[in-house]
Amino acid sequence: MKKKDYLVIGTLLLLALLSWLLLQNRGKDYGGIRITVDSRIFGEYSLAEDQIIPIGDTNVCEIRDGRAFMTEATCPDHLCIHQKSIGSAGGAIICLPNRVIIESVPVSGQEGPQIDAFVS
Amino acid sequence: MKPKLAYLGIYAAIAIILGYVESLVPVFPGIPGIKLGLANLAVLYILKKYSFREAALVSLVRILVIGFLFGSLSGILYSLAGAAFSLLVMTLLLSHTSLSLVTVSVCGGVAHNVAQMVIAWLLLRSTAFFYYLPALLVSGVVTGILIGLLTQEISKRLP
Repeated sequence: MKKKDYLVIGTLLLLALLSWLLLQNRGKDYGGIRITVDSRIFGEYSLAEDQIIPIGDTNVCEIRDGRAFMTEATCPDHLCIHQKSIGSAGGAIICLPNRVIIESVPVSGQEGPQIDAFVS
Repeated sequence: MKPKLAYLGIYAAIAIILGYVESLVPVFPGIPGIKLGLANLAVLYILKKYSFREAALVSLVRILVIGFLFGSLSGILYSLAGAAFSLLVMTLLLSHTSLSLVTVSVCGGVAHNVAQMVIAWLLLRSTAFFYYLPALLVSGVVTGILIGLLTQEISKRLP
């Protein structure tokens, strides 16, 4: 390990710190979540209201005490269920195999899924 | 059969086993989905001992075998993107710079993680993936150091 090695590793860690700082919300209050399935918006929900949201027939999202969790998923690894819940500070829960994304949105969204049609 | 081909077969088998072993070892408890990248141990060793071609071959065999046995097609796509970009970065750094093996491994680890994030972003077109960038960078560095040190020690001891 030489000086150049420490420089490269240091730069990468600095980039991590910078990107982390950029992702911190500055006074923004994320009051809601947006659920996206396969790049299409499934619905927006307020974090203020406790609710259980079935997402298609693959995942289930639950909002409890102002935080959103993924509680059920059909994917094999269940990484989304083990991810940190998201609250008003912002964040995202992603289920890659099922292409489901739960992410924070600043405004408290309307209730109920905003979809044209529901195929069951 | 040339002995080199037999050795590459053994390395491919080792890489496949290591890929399974790492699924048993949680790296950062609390951050799911972060893997140690133990298979990169075999790839980096081959890259050092032989060249890009051999490392790419073993990496490809591993991904296809694991992907078709246990994974999905999209899983193979993510693995290929990560492995290809990581191998490219490590090959260029090994041949064109005097950086140590540990640093090369660190850059490979970060390249792997960033490539997978970019593929996810391209496929799903969501900026939500960028929330993972800091964790992906740090985990790439930490696992890269570990794999680099291990490869260095193994290279010293293997003929």
